[in-house]
Amino acid sequence: MAARVETVEQVRALDKYKYGFVTDIEAETAPKGLNEDIIRFISAKKAEPEWLLEWRLKAYRHWLSMPEPTWQKVQFPALDYQDAYYYSAPKSPADGPKSLDEVDPKLLETYEKLGIPLSEQKLLAGVAVDAVFDSVSVATTYKKTLNEAGVIFCSISEAVRNHPELVKKYLGSVVPYGDNKHACLNSAVFTDGSFVYIPKGVRCPMELSTYFRINAQNTGQFERTLIIADAGSYVSYLEGCTAPQRDENQLHAAVVELIALDDAEIKYSTVQNWYPGDEEGKGGIYNFVTKRGACRGRNSKISWTQVETGSAITWKYPSCILQGDNSVGEFYSIAITNNFQQADTGTKMIHLGKNTRSRIIAKGISAGKSDSTYRGLVRIGAKAEGARNFTQCDSLLIGDKCGAHTVPYIENKNRRAIVEHEATTSRISEDQLFYCRQRGLSEEDAVALVVNGFCREVMQQLPMEFAVEAQKLVGISLEGSVG
Amino acid sequence: MLEIKNLHATVDGKAILKGIDLTVKAGEVHAIMGPNGSGKSTLSYVLAGREGYEVTEGEVLFKGKNLLEMEPEERAGEGVFLAFQYPVEIPGVPNTTFLKEALNSVRRYRGEGELDAMQFVKLVREKTKLLNMGDEMLKRPVNVGFSGGEKKRNEALQMAVLEPSLAVLDETDSGLDIDALKTVADAVNRLRRPDNALLVITHYQRLLDYIVPDHVHVLAGGRIQKSGGKELAEELEKTGYAEFTAGAAA
Repeated sequence: MAARVETVEQVRALDKYKYGFVTDIEAETAPKGLNEDIIRFISAKKAEPEWLLEWRLKAYRHWLSMPEPTWQKVQFPALDYQDAYYYSAPKSPADGPKSLDEVDPKLLETYEKLGIPLSEQKLLAGVAVDAVFDSVSVATTYKKTLNEAGVIFCSISEAVRNHPELVKKYLGSVVPYGDNKHACLNSAVFTDGSFVYIPKGVRCPMELSTYFRINAQNTGQFERTLIIADAGSYVSYLEGCTAPQRDENQLHAAVVELIALDDAEIKYSTVQNWYPGDEEGKGGIYNFVTKRGACRGRNSKISWTQVETGSAITWKYPSCILQGDNSVGEFYSIAITNNFQQADTGTKMIHLGKNTRSRIIAKGISAGKSDSTYRGLVRIGAKAEGARNFTQCDSLLIGDKCGAHTVPYIENKNRRAIVEHEATTSRISEDQLFYCRQRGLSEEDAVALVVNGFCREVMQQLPMEFAVEAQKLVGISLEGSVG
Repeated sequence: MLEIKNLHATVDGKAILKGIDLTVKAGEVHAIMGPNGSGKSTLSYVLAGREGYEVTEGEVLFKGKNLLEMEPEERAGEGVFLAFQYPVEIPGVPNTTFLKEALNSVRRYRGEGELDAMQFVKLVREKTKLLNMGDEMLKRPVNVGFSGGEKKRNEALQMAVLEPSLAVLDETDSGLDIDALKTVADAVNRLRRPDNALLVITHYQRLLDYIVPDHVHVLAGGRIQKSGGKELAEELEKTGYAEFTAGAAA
């Protein structure tokens, strides 16, 4: 509680959103707008091989022909793709920092402020971090320790240079460029992101983490993350995000692809705290993200955990394609919306292999005038003998001007598969708040406590240090939601 | 410690309390007895500051301060504790977490330092020992799946940890069998000190066999109709409340 109150106070002092500051740093930016020249510019900046440029251009041409999706519940004015910058990078003396010593001190300072110190001695023991600032990766820590284990953890640009065979084999293999409008745009203009390869039989010796930061104005962030867990390996990966407070909406259209081979396991956790816009709904990030994992191997497992508190609009469905027999997909989600935030999030579990299992636990909390939708698809293929799914969706409403919706889609082509769906909607009760307050808790602390209790099942899935952070965030993002 | 003067209160525009006067001194136990609908629970909610219970006249001083203008959590900080007739469930929140948050909130209010995890565990151990309780309830979510007796014992544990100056027990005996009643009453008795006071609200006399009051008041029709010593409770047990309800209706 002490920590939470302290954080709440700090945030108040910083005009609510404590990550809302801007780093004044010289940046190299591509001209505004989007066309083939911009894509060539990005590709050239990164000295990419021809095949990748071709792939980008193919994606771009396809993107031009794709209509905007209209099936979602979230509402926003049409995006003006020409009114944004697609490449912004902090200017560095050379091609880019080779080690942390070469990273601009201002950048290191930014990450310090965000609570992500990049100097290794100060890091949380056992967490390696890749930091992505606007369009490029600025630092990856703990490279040596990881190298010794044979783990490749670097920016995707570096991977294209140093491990082209892996990138070529897997890039776009889970989320093809034509998958959806936003993923397609990402394929054309992605600028950086993280790349992870865990070799056969290796249990990654530490948590891997990427920290995304949008800094520049009018800039979209299009990162692309690719994680490959080879047979019998294990990795736990964490992702955090923040952005400065700005009046205009900024687009974040990322793509994350996970591949788990035989007996491999990937645990992917996200704490998303992009700037949500102000109390009138002005500004904030459009978080339109495509995340998908393929359980290609037998007995493989992919587990998504997400705590979504930020962004003006969150629109994402971290999914699992359960191809390998006995493979397991999990989705644990907390989505909190306040003020004018909108969220349309959920998952897709595609059961193809035999005895595949999936588990979905989604907790939605709506406050203020916000709107939250759980949308989830469970598809059981004809050959998925013995497939099982369990889904539980719980919504909690705070106040009487918000909305919560649950939209489950179930498609079952196998008579012996078992699909279960449970859903509840409840209101934070006046009795609970009064009970807490009678015991001395302020109204805001009481709300945070009750909501954290409501989310507990999902919070428990997060790695320890992330869980503490996430619990604090719950309190912060619901500030001003009662009374 | 507590001075209630000419207290009037309404719920949903309906007058429930119609001029209550009551003075409780440190070290005393007062029992408020009365028939259903006499305003007993309303009085406890008004003292705790529940929303929807509107005071229309009169005043309540607690240790000389105007209680009525404080938020519920401020009253808790000042040392007012309400043991609920129906303790509320908070799913997913372990009892220990709740107790620690509550204690540290109250300590912050009082300008005392917060307890860290170690100090807190030590304190809770002392209290469970004092109340003859095991610690099996501590890890479970607050009141979720608790039996009636467990819920009331949990209220007593919260009271022990928060060490209030004034505890209001709202129909603590309701829903308890005789063994559970004894256990809870025993716990409450162990918490009595010369510097704190109890306001025991009850319908039946049986609770008062175990928590023995210094003063008994009969509340009916929104007013205290009669006050006396503990013998008044026994008398009521024989005669019932008819005399007072008739009087109140007139």
